[in-house]
Amino acid sequence: MAIKNNRLTPEQYNENFTDLHTPFESRDAALTEVNRCLFCFDAPCTKVCPTSIDVPKFIKQINTGNIKGSAFTILSSNILGGGCARVCPVEKLCEGSCVLNKELEKPIQIARLQRYSTDMALEKKWNLFERKPSIGKKVAVVGAGPSGLSCAHGLSRQGIDVTIYEKESKAGGLMTYGIAAYKVTPEFCREETDFIISLGGIEILYNQELGKNLSLSELQKNYDAVFLGIGVGLTRQLEIPGENLEGVVDAIRFIYGLREEGFAKTAVGDQVAVIGMGMTAIDAATQAKRLGAKEVTLVYRRTENEKPCTDVELEIAKLDGCKIIWLASPKEIISENGKVKSLVCSKMELGAPDESGRRFPFDTGETFTLEVDMVIKATGQVPYSDLLQNSGIELTKGKIRIDANHTSNIGNVFAGGDCVNGGKEVVDAVQAGKEGAKSILKYLGIIE
Amino acid sequence: MADLSSNFLGIKSPNPFWLASGPPTDKKYNVMRAFEAGWGGVVWKTLGSQVKNVSSRYSSLDFNGHRVMGFNNIELISDRPLESNLREIKEVIREFPDRAVVVSLMADNDKESWHKLIKQTEDTGAHGLELNFGCPHGMNERGMGSTVGQNPDIAKMIVEWVMEVATIPVITKLTPNVHSVVPTATACVEGGTNALSLINTIQSITGIDLDSFVPNPSVAGKSTYGGYCGPAVKPIALKMLASLSVNKDTNKVPISGIGGIGTWRDAVEFMLLGATNIQVCTAAMKHGFRIVEDMIDGLNNWMDEKGFKTTTDFIGKSVPFMTKWENLDLNYHIVANINQEKCIGCGLCYIACEDTSHQSINLEYGKPYNTYTIKEEDCVGCNLCKLVCPVDECITMLEKRVGLEYINWMEYQKRGLPLNDH
Repeated sequence: MAIKNNRLTPEQYNENFTDLHTPFESRDAALTEVNRCLFCFDAPCTKVCPTSIDVPKFIKQINTGNIKGSAFTILSSNILGGGCARVCPVEKLCEGSCVLNKELEKPIQIARLQRYSTDMALEKKWNLFERKPSIGKKVAVVGAGPSGLSCAHGLSRQGIDVTIYEKESKAGGLMTYGIAAYKVTPEFCREETDFIISLGGIEILYNQELGKNLSLSELQKNYDAVFLGIGVGLTRQLEIPGENLEGVVDAIRFIYGLREEGFAKTAVGDQVAVIGMGMTAIDAATQAKRLGAKEVTLVYRRTENEKPCTDVELEIAKLDGCKIIWLASPKEIISENGKVKSLVCSKMELGAPDESGRRFPFDTGETFTLEVDMVIKATGQVPYSDLLQNSGIELTKGKIRIDANHTSNIGNVFAGGDCVNGGKEVVDAVQAGKEGAKSILKYLGIIE
Repeated sequence: MADLSSNFLGIKSPNPFWLASGPPTDKKYNVMRAFEAGWGGVVWKTLGSQVKNVSSRYSSLDFNGHRVMGFNNIELISDRPLESNLREIKEVIREFPDRAVVVSLMADNDKESWHKLIKQTEDTGAHGLELNFGCPHGMNERGMGSTVGQNPDIAKMIVEWVMEVATIPVITKLTPNVHSVVPTATACVEGGTNALSLINTIQSITGIDLDSFVPNPSVAGKSTYGGYCGPAVKPIALKMLASLSVNKDTNKVPISGIGGIGTWRDAVEFMLLGATNIQVCTAAMKHGFRIVEDMIDGLNNWMDEKGFKTTTDFIGKSVPFMTKWENLDLNYHIVANINQEKCIGCGLCYIACEDTSHQSINLEYGKPYNTYTIKEEDCVGCNLCKLVCPVDECITMLEKRVGLEYINWMEYQKRGLPLNDH
C-alpha cells in the first residue's frame, strides 16, 4: 500500500478525465432536443434557476437559428452560463423541474443546450454586451470566482471601472480549482474568464490575498465600493485522532492539486476513504478512482435519504466503482510508521431530525475498521473568517453578514456567494454577484 | 380480415392505394418496385410531347425538426421518350396483371394530338386515363395543365375530345389553383368524364435562402413558382374533395382523392369524405414505397374494429355531416375542463387563452408549478386550449347547452335573440 503519483499512462488519464457531459455534435443533434421542448409559459425550469435564465426562450432561439440571441438570453441572466451548463446540478434545478418529468419522460437536456449556445458565443467571441462609457467610479472586487466575476461584469456594463483582486494565479475560483476536471476544464475556465473581461473595464490582479498583501481598509479608501466574493476555505476538521497524519488530505486541496499540478503529478493511495457525501466528496472520490486508486470508499454518517449530493452524482461515483458505506462516522485514523494504515469508523443509527430537518445520526458504540492508506476529508468547507479578522466586518458563524441589499455592516462593503451562504452552487454565487452589482449601482446612485 | 379490394370504374386493385402521377411512376423500374412493395395501382407520370427538365426541381418546408412538411416541385411532365414509356407500361401490366395501371395524359392543345395520344396509350393495355388539367408550373405557361383546369369551358371541350375516342375509363384531375373546384368539375362531368381526381399541386414558394436571397428552388440563381404538396396541403385537399362530394352535379362520378396522404388514417379521411380510392406521391418520395405496408395493415385493422367488410361500407360516410355555417346550432355550448391529475403545468393553455382568446383560464401561482383552472362562465368553447395542450385527454370539452332546442342563425335573428354585450 502506498500513496503515489503517475499511476496511469497519459492516454488513460485523458480517457478518465474526458468530458462527462458531451456537447451536441451538430446543429441537427441539438435541434432534435430543442424540438422536444414545449416552450412552457412561466416555465418551471426558469423559476427554479437561481439566475432565472429564460430557458424556453433560449431554446426557441436555437430553433430559429438565432444562436447569438440564445447566448445573450442565457448570459444576460448568468454571465457564467457556459460554466454552469457544465457544473450545475441540473437534476435538482431546471431539468429536475421540467414538466416532461411529470409525463414520466426524460426532461429536456437544458444544460447541454445551454452549452451549445454559450460554447458558440465563446468560440466565435461574439460581442454580446456593450459597456457604457466610463463614468469615473471605481469598485474593487475581492475574489475572481463566480460571484466576483458576475458582479464585476454587471458593474462594468454600467461604466464602472472594476479591479478584481484574486489570491490565486488564475480566475474562476472553485470553478477553476474545486470541481471535478471531467466536468469543467481549467482551459474552459480561462476562456470563460477571458470572455467575461473582454467587455472591458475589468482588470484582474492576481496573487492578491486579503490579510496578506491586501487590506480591506485600503480598498475602502481607494475605491467607491468593495465587493467581497472570497468564497470558503478548506474542509472542516474531523476532530479525531490521527487527522494530521501523512496521507490524510483535504478534498479541496486534493482537487486543487490535481487541477493545478496535473493528473500525473497528483498522488493517490491504493485504498482511499473519502469522508462525506456532498458534491465535493463525490468529486474527490471519483477523481481519486480516475487517478488510479484501486479502491475508493465513500463513508457517510447518515443514509442515502439524507445525502447532500444528488442522485445523479451518486450514480457517477457508483459507475466509477466507488464503494459506499452508509451510517458510518470516522472515529480514529490508525498509523503505521507515521503513515495512514486504517480508518476506524463508528456504526451509526438515525435518530430524531436535527435543525436541518434531516434525521440526526447517533453512535451505536459499535465500530469497524477499513484498511486504507489515504483519507480524503470532504465534510463541508469552513469560511475564511481569519481573512476578515480585525477588518470590522461582522460575521455570523464565520460567514459575512449582509442585509437584503448585499451590504455588510460597513456601508460601502458588499458581499455575496459562498462567503455569505457558506457554500452553495456556482449558480447561486453568480446570482449573488449579479444582485451585489445591482446594490452597488444603487448605492452609487447609478440606477434607482 | 376485411376486404380491401377496390373497384374504381371497373378498374380493380387489391387495395385502394394508388401512386399518383409523378416522379415515383415515371418508369418501369420504380413502378415494379412499387408493385412489389404492395401498392394497388399507379397513375403513370404524365405523357405528352417530350419536354426537357431543369436542375434543381424540388424544395420543401420543414417544421420544428420535421422535414418535408410541405413539398414543392417545378418538374414538368415525363421527359422520357414516349415510346419508352408506352413500352414499359405494357411490360408492367403484363408482369402485374392484378394491379391498376392508369396513365396520366397531357397532349398539346388540339384534338388530333389528344386523339393520337389516347390511341397510343390504349394500345398498351392501360386500364384507364387521367387527364392532367392541374400542373401549375411550366406546362401552364404553354397553355396546358392548370391553365386548362382554371377554365371550365376549355376543360369541358378537351374532355369532349377525349370522350370521342376513349374506350377505357377517363378520370379528370383537377387543379386547386382556383377559387372553387366545382365549376371546372361540373364542366368536366358535363363533358362526359367518367371520374374526377383531386387535388393537383398548389402554386407556391416554399422559402428563400437568407444568404443568397434566391427563393427556393434555385435554378442558376433564379426561381419560379412550383407546385405544393405533402402533409401541409391535406386540409385544403379534404375541403375541395368535400365540396365535390356534397354537390349533386359532381358527386355523380367517383372521385380519386389526392393531397398530402401518407398514412392509412389520411386515406380513411379522404374516403370518408367521398373518395373511392386515394393516390399518394410525396409520402413515398420521402420514405419510399414501404409505407404502403402499414397503410394496408392499418386500414385492415381499422375496418375490422369498425366492422366494415369492404371499403364501400364507409366511403362517403362523413359527407352528410358537412353543412353550411348558418345551419349550425347556436344553443350548443361547450366549456373546457382541465384534468388536474394529468396537467403537467406547462401553461400553454393559459397563455394562448390569455393573450389571444377569452381570458378564461385562471392562474394560481406556484413554485415551480402553477395551477390552471377554467373560468367556465368566460369560456366560449373555442377548443384552443385543448388544441395546444401537449397532454392527451388532459383538457376535454364538456357539453353545457345554452338551450335545449336546436336554433340556427337565421332563426336566431328572426326571433331577435340577444347578441354579446361585451
